[in-house]
Amino acid sequence: MNEVKPTSPWKPSAKDKLRELVTFFGSMVASFTLVAVTELKGKLAYFVSFVFIYAAISAIYSFRRYGKATAKDSAVKVFIACGALLTIIPIASILQTIISKGYKGIRPNLFLSDMSMATPTDPLTNGGLLHAIVGTIIMIGGALILSVPIGILTALYLTEIKGRFTQPIRFLVQAMSGVPSIVAGLFILSAVVYPITKSSSGFMGSLALSILMIPTVARTSEEVLGLIPQDLREAGTALGGTQWRTVAMIVLPAAKSGLMTAVILGIARIAGETAPLLLLTGGGDRLNFNPFDDPMGSLPFYIWKSFLAGSEEAVTRAWAGLLVLVVVILILFVSARILSTRKVAR
Amino acid sequence: MTKAPAPREITTQPRRSDRIFRRIVTGGGLSSLGILGLITLFLGYRGYEIIASEGLSFITSSDWTVSYDENGNVTDSQFGLAAMLIGTILSAIVAVVVAVPVSVAMALYLNFYSPHALKKYLIAVIDMMAAFPSILFGIWGFLVLMPSAEYWGKLLNKYLGFIPIFEVNPYIFTRSPFIAGMVLAIMIIPIITSVSREVFSQTPLDRIQAAYALGATRWSMIKAVVIPYGKSGVIGGAMLGLGRAMGETVAVYTVLNIVFQINFKILLGAGGNVASLIILRFGEANLFEIKALMAAGLVLFGLTLVINAFAAVIVRRTGSSGR
Amino acid sequence: MSSLSDVANAKVQRAVSPRAQGTGLEARGIHAWFGKHHALADVSLDFAPGTVTALIGPSGCGKSTFIRTLNRMHEFIPSAAMAGEVLLDGKDVYAPGVDVTKIRLQIGMVFQKPNPFPSMTIGENVLSGLKLAQLKVENKDDLLEECLERAGLWKEVKDRLGAHGGSLSGGQQQRLCIARSLAVKPQVLLMDEPCSALDPGSTLRIEETIRQLSETMTIVIVTHNMQQAARVSDYTAFFLSDNGPGEMIEVAPTAEIFSRPKDKRTEDYVTGRFG
Repeated sequence: MNEVKPTSPWKPSAKDKLRELVTFFGSMVASFTLVAVTELKGKLAYFVSFVFIYAAISAIYSFRRYGKATAKDSAVKVFIACGALLTIIPIASILQTIISKGYKGIRPNLFLSDMSMATPTDPLTNGGLLHAIVGTIIMIGGALILSVPIGILTALYLTEIKGRFTQPIRFLVQAMSGVPSIVAGLFILSAVVYPITKSSSGFMGSLALSILMIPTVARTSEEVLGLIPQDLREAGTALGGTQWRTVAMIVLPAAKSGLMTAVILGIARIAGETAPLLLLTGGGDRLNFNPFDDPMGSLPFYIWKSFLAGSEEAVTRAWAGLLVLVVVILILFVSARILSTRKVAR
Repeated sequence: MTKAPAPREITTQPRRSDRIFRRIVTGGGLSSLGILGLITLFLGYRGYEIIASEGLSFITSSDWTVSYDENGNVTDSQFGLAAMLIGTILSAIVAVVVAVPVSVAMALYLNFYSPHALKKYLIAVIDMMAAFPSILFGIWGFLVLMPSAEYWGKLLNKYLGFIPIFEVNPYIFTRSPFIAGMVLAIMIIPIITSVSREVFSQTPLDRIQAAYALGATRWSMIKAVVIPYGKSGVIGGAMLGLGRAMGETVAVYTVLNIVFQINFKILLGAGGNVASLIILRFGEANLFEIKALMAAGLVLFGLTLVINAFAAVIVRRTGSSGR
Repeated sequence: MSSLSDVANAKVQRAVSPRAQGTGLEARGIHAWFGKHHALADVSLDFAPGTVTALIGPSGCGKSTFIRTLNRMHEFIPSAAMAGEVLLDGKDVYAPGVDVTKIRLQIGMVFQKPNPFPSMTIGENVLSGLKLAQLKVENKDDLLEECLERAGLWKEVKDRLGAHGGSLSGGQQQRLCIARSLAVKPQVLLMDEPCSALDPGSTLRIEETIRQLSETMTIVIVTHNMQQAARVSDYTAFFLSDNGPGEMIEVAPTAEIFSRPKDKRTEDYVTGRFG
């Protein structure tokens, strides 16, 4: 048998790709000309005229070659691709703004000192956000201690016990994920701060954050535990394990990296939460390691305060803080992605 | 003929360790019920006094004033949320109206158009956007988006100004519900996109292939098979987004001008928002006004809870049956 | 196993139907790959107009892959590749610039599991192909009746054309899917194990339908059921994969395949000694 090479005749050929590229740039040029010669102006005009010209050219080409149905198909394809582009534009703009404005504020003293001896109008060489980083870490730590056990227990109830509350609880967890963060803040204010502690502290922030974190941890963990094959549980039981030992020694270890993902996604969810911290933590400017006493700073609070202060230095500080916060969230997010590619350990 | 023996009843008596285990897990599982219940209880307890004295006017009037005598005692107070509630709903609706078409386009693109290699990265980028802190959207919206959005608002007003909701008088476009809606739209696009993508991707493959085998183009296949299948899922996703948009605080606060007056003109620079009201008044509020803020929080909580519950039911129904 | 050849011989022998449209379908040296996996090697097969060709062979021998290359459904698998030519009326369907949707209009397909569109009524289902491909027809009601009649379903559903497709039984749903394929007037109908999800009664009804349809069109049917191949087909092709890519071992008039196969492997398979 002579050797036959595999081919994919349905893939666009070089000529097709070239034509696509020419159409793309042609439409771009046409939209620029249109904006130049008519009274239209602005980014919106460029974008809209580009989309319509591009769609029209593609449709006319397909119509002449294949007919009406395909013409419509190609026009719609252009619209859908441009709709997709519309979601990417804000992300790109946000990242670009945050990097271009934030990098100016990034300097060593940012990570070495707090704001207790600096005012918003001080030059950037004074003060830093060490207190905010420490505060954020402590508050997230507190929220973790509270919400991870509850979240995972909820997930275990949904996947292992499957009692008569399974449906209602799944529903309530969903409802809880929609609780506005400000409501969580008000709740801690009314239930803990006023009747018991009577002062703001980092731990109050942790309490509110854990309300927001529990649903994320619970739902992701449920998904992960659901992926563990039923055979494993049956095997554990068949070997004489009690349910408790089967879960503890077989199910949870098998789901380990997936559960890590759940925790990390939970952290990413709350790391940038601002509203409840404004109500509960007092947002001090001094480095404070005690979550149970005295106001505690945090990155979102610091950004908020600096932004509202309005002076040029303060706004630069706000952007630098945002850059730090977003980098932290991105690192968390990427590590969650990497872990989640192997949700179930072999 | 002998009678068939009655089936035996099988009972298992779990070991003590398992009984404890099951009890602990059930307790943990019920915590969400407990937390939601406690939120209602405490906000209701704190806000009860205000709601009782204001009655229905708490949600129908739009005055929010407190006056004190020189000793700091409250002499007169009026708390009405109407302007805030309407503002909240208005900007959330703007957000959903803007976000849904874009998200559906993105979801369709991801499932049916995007090159295989690109898809993975696009999904990661969208998920990442969902994790951006809301304060970032607020500040970016204020500094970067607002100038453009103001211009779009003026265009809308110029060409569609004859429609009452697009009227603007006085001629102020800054910090309008429309701009808040645009910021919220960008914030909820990831949620609606990921829900829609999920339901679209569950469209049975055999139906898709059947449509293609009948000579359907990609678009006519989507119209005939994917949209009917995913429609209610998209609606559920949109409602989830609506709930999120209503509860958002800091992002709205930075781009919205809060005015205690009912305003339906979305382009006019005067709006209301329950969550932002709480932040706005919290700093200077005394204990009495904070009770009113707690009551406002309770109303907001109820509102988002109802919308989320609807959304959850709709999304689940598509997922499980899909006819 | 003489019973199969009896069945095949007992069929009314008939010439190629003059009413069939087109000049038929020809596959020339078809190969198919899924990623690195070479699934099908060098299959050449002619389908004369108005004939029924059955493709038989054990699971995984490339029969389904083969018929999916014929109407270009193969390319929906991301890693798929192919080689060779499929000629419809003498023109290569894989040639650059060919409108793939038109090809699928001319070469219809019926799937293993009945899959009526759930959001549509029975009537809408039958005519859905027209909507999907944006074809115009003068008299929709006539076409609807004709298609359902040819699919042998008209009598059962004529009073409830407005009901949902999902309300029919499995066999009726499959005939509805056949009617749906007929509405766009294909020259060729590909059937990928159309009866594997159905009960024997429904299977017989579908087979009757196939016999009637073959008077006007070319039919290619993949089947695991050798009785079925013997009952409905004019030609039978035997596919086999021997640890390598699937290959076509033998093709011949159905009666011959079941009574005096040329290849030892075919004989083993049709007599049930293997597979």
